[in-house]
Amino acid sequence: MIPHLISIAPFAHADFWLGVGIVAGIYSIFTLGLQLNVGFTGIVNLGQAGFMAIGAYAMAILILTYGWSPWLALPAATLIAMLAGVIVAMPAVRLRGDYLAIATIAAAEIVQSVAQNAISLTGGNNGLLGFDAAWQTIQVWLLGALSSIGLGDMDQIPLFAVTWITFAVLLAILVTLQRTPWGRVLRAIREDEDAAEALGKNTYAYKVQSLALAAGIGAIAGYLLALNITLIYPGTYSADFTFIGFAILVLGGLGSYSGVALGSVLLWFVLEGARFVDLPLSADKVAALRLLIVGLVLILVMALRPQGILGKREEMVLRG
Amino acid sequence: MRPPRHPPYLLMLTTESSLEPTPSETAGLGLSTGARGLALLGGVAVVVLILIAVKGYQPAAQATANGLVAGTYFALGAVGLALVFGVLRLVNFAHGDFLTFGAYAALLANAFFRLPIIVATAIAIVATALLGAILELAIWRPMRARRAGGLQLLLIAIGLAYVIRNGIQIAAGAEPRSLHVDVTSAVSFMGGIRLGTTELTVVLIGLVVLVLVAIMLSVSRLGKEMRALADNVSLAEVAGVDTGRVIISTWLVAGGLAGLAGVLVAAAVGVLTPQFGFQLLLSLFAATVLGGIGNAYGALAGGLLLGLTQEWSTLFIDPRWKLAVGFAILILTLLIRPNGLLGRPALK
Repeated sequence: MIPHLISIAPFAHADFWLGVGIVAGIYSIFTLGLQLNVGFTGIVNLGQAGFMAIGAYAMAILILTYGWSPWLALPAATLIAMLAGVIVAMPAVRLRGDYLAIATIAAAEIVQSVAQNAISLTGGNNGLLGFDAAWQTIQVWLLGALSSIGLGDMDQIPLFAVTWITFAVLLAILVTLQRTPWGRVLRAIREDEDAAEALGKNTYAYKVQSLALAAGIGAIAGYLLALNITLIYPGTYSADFTFIGFAILVLGGLGSYSGVALGSVLLWFVLEGARFVDLPLSADKVAALRLLIVGLVLILVMALRPQGILGKREEMVLRG
Repeated sequence: MRPPRHPPYLLMLTTESSLEPTPSETAGLGLSTGARGLALLGGVAVVVLILIAVKGYQPAAQATANGLVAGTYFALGAVGLALVFGVLRLVNFAHGDFLTFGAYAALLANAFFRLPIIVATAIAIVATALLGAILELAIWRPMRARRAGGLQLLLIAIGLAYVIRNGIQIAAGAEPRSLHVDVTSAVSFMGGIRLGTTELTVVLIGLVVLVLVAIMLSVSRLGKEMRALADNVSLAEVAGVDTGRVIISTWLVAGGLAGLAGVLVAAAVGVLTPQFGFQLLLSLFAATVLGGIGNAYGALAGGLLLGLTQEWSTLFIDPRWKLAVGFAILILTLLIRPNGLLGRPALK
């Protein structure tokens, strides 16, 4: 279907699919954090969208209100998001699984409420604009370079490239971390926390670190999302983002970092490809249909193939 | 019997408690909570008196009345969530959307087929009860038979929430709708408290149903069996409790109450959208956690208390922070008293 479409209107559709690729890449980065928490540490973080929001808002506020350079604001905002991760994690990871899930989603809803209501800080529902001047400059320069090789029409290429390079770097870091003693302790916590504790590991500290790191990764996804829509407003960071992330997570497979990219590309290919099917539905119903598909993915994967596409079967089999 | 070791990967949520609830988790289901309930009532009375002293009679009494309205439907919604968690150890993320389902079933009967609101409410209760039972037979029972883990069940519940909510939005559209109820007339009583007639009806119906639920839980055979299952599945089975039947009944009761709660919210608030149930879900979680998760009596008290606290907070801070106040209460309760106000102090 896609090659056919591209052959009809090569550049328009190529640009459309590049746009889908950007969204899929942002979700991939976002879900890497979930994979670290859920797939490799066994803590169910339902508040990831909240950390993403904290990162994006902190970045924009530092640039707009305090006049910071983006190169300073980005690392600072990442640290702020990680600090928020520590603050949420310190009490939350002491809780049993389902309580932890509820506590993290409640924390994210508080962030959402602050974004909507602390208008002097966040702009309320109007959001924040104009934080991306530096990126616009870079983008113009990159597009100039692209047009010299005949790709000037495809103005999505710069963000697409930045998104997927960021994903690749984070993927490499996480896969490497997983092979260190630190990563092995996380896995041990997921498998049997009491045993890890009995071996003298401070499982509490490891779980806090896992959540803080995931929060930082969420913040990075938040910057790219903000660049993509050139606006930061509360609705973008709703719980829907987290749950779509979970659909990607289980689709790709728990315990597989590269599965995250596969799940994200697959899900967004289906969700956006649905645009090419003419449906007699209004815009809000099409939006609902997409989220309905997300729900079906969660149900079907969990019921029929809980290890996902790339998940390891042996890690799912009941033992003991 | 040895406790099961190595919670397998997908069983990572609530594994231990799902098999062997500790006494502290289930004690709240017993009537021993009566004394705590009375203490709570006393606490509420003291707070009301302080608020009257600080803010004056009319504002404090009005906020308390508003809090009772919200608290009633929080409590009705939360009790089903608590029953399902108590009996099945399932955090039903789709419960908020059960409320939406009930409200839209009533809307269909009331606004589309022009049936009187009483009949529409009855239809909503039956339809949502059936939805709960059908999902049990189609999804939850087969998943239990496959020994699905906690994470699997949680994500299936979230998926169901999305399917129900967005299915409703595809069928009915996202635009706000209203039931045919009287939203203009109001009554004044007790020296300046003003409530809409519909709101007053909602509170009265809600409180009556809450009392009936509490009686059902404490004296009826079904209520005792539910509490027995919540206490210890194996013991209940040995004692001759037909678990399959009790679980279906639990879903019928939880669904029916959710349907009623949905109609009451739609009537009291005046408008409904397909999103309202999910937006209410965290408040329902807050109510169940406040009362001790899995404790049905606690959820009744927790719901009322949450509604009251949110409205009282509007005496001091902007009402737009009301929801955040509810979530903050949820987190604080989890941190300070994870077993809820009506449960015994946490062991762990």
